[in-house]
Amino acid sequence: MYKTTYIKAESIDHASASIGDDGKFLAGGMTLIPTMKQRLASPEILVDLGGCALSGIEDCGATIKIGAMTKHVDVATSPIVQSAIPALASLAGNIGDRQVRNRGTIGGSLANNDPSACYPAAALGMDAIIHTNSRDIEAADFFVGMFETDLEEDEIITAVSFPKPEAAAYVKFPNPASRYAMVGVCVAKTSDGIRVAVTGGGEDGVFRHDELEAALSAEFSPASARNVSIDASEIVSDMHGTADYRAQLVGELTARAVEMC
Amino acid sequence: MTLVNFNLNGKAVSADVPDNTLLVSFIRETMGLTGTHIGCDTSQCGACIVHIDGVSIKSCSMLAVMAEGANITTIEGISDGDAIHPMQQAFHENHGLQCGFCTPGMVMSAIELVGQNPNPSDSEVREGLEGNICRCTGYHNIVKSVQSAAAVMARK
Repeated sequence: MYKTTYIKAESIDHASASIGDDGKFLAGGMTLIPTMKQRLASPEILVDLGGCALSGIEDCGATIKIGAMTKHVDVATSPIVQSAIPALASLAGNIGDRQVRNRGTIGGSLANNDPSACYPAAALGMDAIIHTNSRDIEAADFFVGMFETDLEEDEIITAVSFPKPEAAAYVKFPNPASRYAMVGVCVAKTSDGIRVAVTGGGEDGVFRHDELEAALSAEFSPASARNVSIDASEIVSDMHGTADYRAQLVGELTARAVEMC
Repeated sequence: MTLVNFNLNGKAVSADVPDNTLLVSFIRETMGLTGTHIGCDTSQCGACIVHIDGVSIKSCSMLAVMAEGANITTIEGISDGDAIHPMQQAFHENHGLQCGFCTPGMVMSAIELVGQNPNPSDSEVREGLEGNICRCTGYHNIVKSVQSAAAVMARK
């Protein structure tokens, strides 16, 4: 790992002011530190958000608000999340391994916007609002592309609000080694209609699947999802799976998620 | 360099460390506690697992400076005087290791697992040890060891 200067921020303002031109915010470090070890990232300044009081889960009536530094294990075991959005608790409980869940955070996952991460599918599928130190961003506007978000360089996610869906389920086909989603699908019945968000296959990261949403709006059944022909041309191929294979997973996992709703 | 203060296996430690020092490097090279292993160095294998404030973490994926103020327990810190921990004893009795390289991480992970689930099933042990890789045993005797230790720990 290249040299870096570590700063433990005492507040959001302190963090934002410390980031400089070539700094990175550090949340749980489950992606950033391994990336720095491989010398794929070499920030001059590392601003740790662990002391900024950003953890916690709050039931706000129509929504659940989760602090950005809340760890996956705490989302997975929260009675509030388990009762209001069990799909979200289950998603958090199946990220990575025990040690990743003990350190990794929801804000870090969303800010990184890994194309195979689980949380972006839940945020987009359930129409979450991402709160930052300067504004509120709808999930649809937040995820810009692979590893890319709408966040400014000195902007910090403070919390995420998930509207409580009428029903929701998240199903992923995990890579056997990393537990990242080969494909993961979040199906949600919201006040806004049926939403289907797909992670693990999009060229630009997480995306909503219009054809599946239309089919499920007409008839909400597993068969309805399985009857949709999934276009593989916009889905990525890599060493873990071809686009055709992933496209097949999109339809099948959507059907399984519908069964769980 | 940053001055860090934490508690390592019950002893207060205070040291100046370069900011880019990994916690595992600090534990092994500065403190000389080499029971915590570096296996893959890419956060996959779990040989470097220690407890921070009772929670298992991979010490190759955390900077030493991030442990400021924490209580750190390594494999050297779990025995009771000369008596090894029931989890270690169970690995010994059930042949839960062959080369032993992964064992410190397995033991630290398994102690947390049993703390949260005092009577884990086969699949719960395997799922709970998802973050630990063993290339020798095929895991069968590791599962047996953890369940055997769980029974002993439940009686204490």
